[in-house]
Amino acid sequence: MIRLPLALFFSAVLFSSGVYGVLARRNAVMVLMSIELMLNAVNVNLIAFSQRLHDVTGQVFALFVIAVAAAEVGIGLAIVILIYRNRETINVDEVNLLKW
Amino acid sequence: MSAQEYAFAVLALVGSVSAIRMVTAKNVVHAALYLVVTLAMVGGVYLVLAAEFVAWVQILIYVGAIVILFLFGLMLTKAPIGREALDNQQRGFALLVSLAVLAGLVFLIQDAFAWSDPKIEPVHGTTAALGESLFRQYVLPFEAVSFLLLAALIGAVVLSRKDDRP
Repeated sequence: MIRLPLALFFSAVLFSSGVYGVLARRNAVMVLMSIELMLNAVNVNLIAFSQRLHDVTGQVFALFVIAVAAAEVGIGLAIVILIYRNRETINVDEVNLLKW
Repeated sequence: MSAQEYAFAVLALVGSVSAIRMVTAKNVVHAALYLVVTLAMVGGVYLVLAAEFVAWVQILIYVGAIVILFLFGLMLTKAPIGREALDNQQRGFALLVSLAVLAGLVFLIQDAFAWSDPKIEPVHGTTAALGESLFRQYVLPFEAVSFLLLAALIGAVVLSRKDDRP
């Protein structure tokens, strides 16, 4: 028996450190890593509520989140490498081509 | 507290500390290794919650594949070392926002769920039910996700290959 708020607090800590990483990091790869942290926080919540409610749907959706995260990392890193090849930097505050 | 709960608390503590170390690390490779620790602890949390299939998927996909992709990304792009090179100027603002998010979430959680009342009693052996649900009710989203993965694969290859034609 595990208390549900324990799992929810763990996921809250993971999510808010992911928010800090996305806002404070300049390196685009580090920003992607922080996004993974936030997706993991969501997955912890899905699994905890799935076992709390004895409904397997939460685990199905956790699997979908993992698959979408894998696709997101693949595309994201391809874009980051392309930006690095063209601009010699992956600092997100120096890539401002679309900013007027 | 039960033994499961002690195991959960230890895993959650190690995972939280290494998540915080990950977003504050000065070296990008160290940050990636802290990410490995956090993801493995999340996998252990899934095991304690008796979601064994998702736990092994987490270990295989995240620790096995995604972190390797991140390490390749860090090696192919020249990653600087040091806090000034890695963090931008809005560090204090970011800390404020993330602490506000944490405070809001903690307030909502303790407002919605009493500390002692809602207990998770994990059901063991959910993998059969998971597979049945995945291939019976959610077979169309499953196919959509596989198509998305194929599209992402082709897109990543197209984006990152060198185009020699003028």
